[in-house]
Amino acid sequence: MARAEGRTPFLRTVRTLVWRDLVSEYRSREVVIGGIVFALLTLVIFNFAIDLRLETVEEVAPGILWIGFAFAGMLAFGRSFAAERERGTLDGLLLAPIDRSAIYLARTVTNSVLMAVVELVSLPVFVALYNVRAAWLDLLLTTALGTIGFTGAGTLVAAIAANTRAREVLLPLLLLPLTVPVLIASVKATAMALGARPPEPLPWLQLLLGFDVIVVATSFLVFEYILDE
Amino acid sequence: MTSDAAVEVRGLRVALGDQPVLRGVDFAVAKGKRLALVGPNGAGKSTLLRVVAGLIRPGAGEVLLEGRSLTSDPWHARRAIGLVAHHSMLHPDLTARENLRVFAGLYGLDGVAERVEAGLRQVGLERRADDRAATLSRGMLQRLALARALLHNPSILLLDEAETGLDTRAHKWLLAALGERGGRTVVFASHDLGFVREVADEVAFLRSGRVAGRVDTAGLSLDDLGERYADALAARPAERAGQAVGLAG
Repeated sequence: MARAEGRTPFLRTVRTLVWRDLVSEYRSREVVIGGIVFALLTLVIFNFAIDLRLETVEEVAPGILWIGFAFAGMLAFGRSFAAERERGTLDGLLLAPIDRSAIYLARTVTNSVLMAVVELVSLPVFVALYNVRAAWLDLLLTTALGTIGFTGAGTLVAAIAANTRAREVLLPLLLLPLTVPVLIASVKATAMALGARPPEPLPWLQLLLGFDVIVVATSFLVFEYILDE
Repeated sequence: MTSDAAVEVRGLRVALGDQPVLRGVDFAVAKGKRLALVGPNGAGKSTLLRVVAGLIRPGAGEVLLEGRSLTSDPWHARRAIGLVAHHSMLHPDLTARENLRVFAGLYGLDGVAERVEAGLRQVGLERRADDRAATLSRGMLQRLALARALLHNPSILLLDEAETGLDTRAHKWLLAALGERGGRTVVFASHDLGFVREVADEVAFLRSGRVAGRVDTAGLSLDDLGERYADALAARPAERAGQAVGLAG
């Protein structure tokens, strides 16, 4: 059989890798189950620990929600490249004639989908448990934008941390300061989707969108160097 | 160095941390030939194969694959090379068939279904095609890894102790597969001199990150090969340097 030439088409690579990772996660459920348990436990524990009054719940509860999402996300990121290195499957990717940035994009898509599953399970529980009235469209838009920014940065940091021995420590140490803007903007926009005053979510949503574009584009460009080092 | 070399390595130096692993390796393998890398643990065999595969960047030196630099033309290198290493590079939660399909996708191959089925048949895993890789034995995984490495029809095959863990039948199959004269160049690392004697056209002895000697296996008995290996390892550095220079081309 003749050999193909040059590099593999970008979209075919992304599609193949996303399919591989989602099928694998569907069978092992090692990230999603852990993430859901973590997020729900956070919601339940804070619900008991903090005395939320009716007039402050919209301001405080979003912070709790995003603590749950952030830590659930870090569980997923931690497995992203560490598992690939441990199993040696990363070598298989590095040997293939594919753009390294396709690996980043595929992994960001997969992590976003996994976080979205965790969020879709957690959000109704959150609304019921904290007794808040949600503008669902605004809430879902905020969650989607916040998730893209957080996973965009998290996937990049996970690749950096996977090269080190102290990756479990390094991942949150690098990721949390880097994602402070996206977490603050997500918390603020979520609060407004829950009815907090003043109802001006647009600047926060713009900040989220800007962060998403910058972090994904930058990571996309530098990923090749990170993976090759 | 020969101009028709499939693999040519010049002055290769690699250090992992502060530890030098390859200390100036030169060799060339002609197209269609099979070169065995033999040496004790820590001699640098696996590192050398990983450098040739483009998985480790050397500190100094150059790798040419079919006359094209690995550094300046990595896309050609990735198409030209198939590697079977210690790790199978297969995803444990995917079936044997799915694993091959993923690699066919990553190599942008046409006729995926036909290639995958042909690959499974080639390594005798048709009956286990729908079993997850995690449930396959070490030998079966090794066979599947070989099918994975051959899926894109590489012109250069790199094997790092590929015979390890294979049962007698699979071992025979590997011998037969490597024995086929299909024009494919094979560079493989092994500790098994019997296997080396049966498969290789030439043997390069590695010691402490240097080529300590090189022999043609034509007309060489297993005992002779053992003696040459012992001589190469026992030779003093000055003698080895002389041998390496003399035999490198």
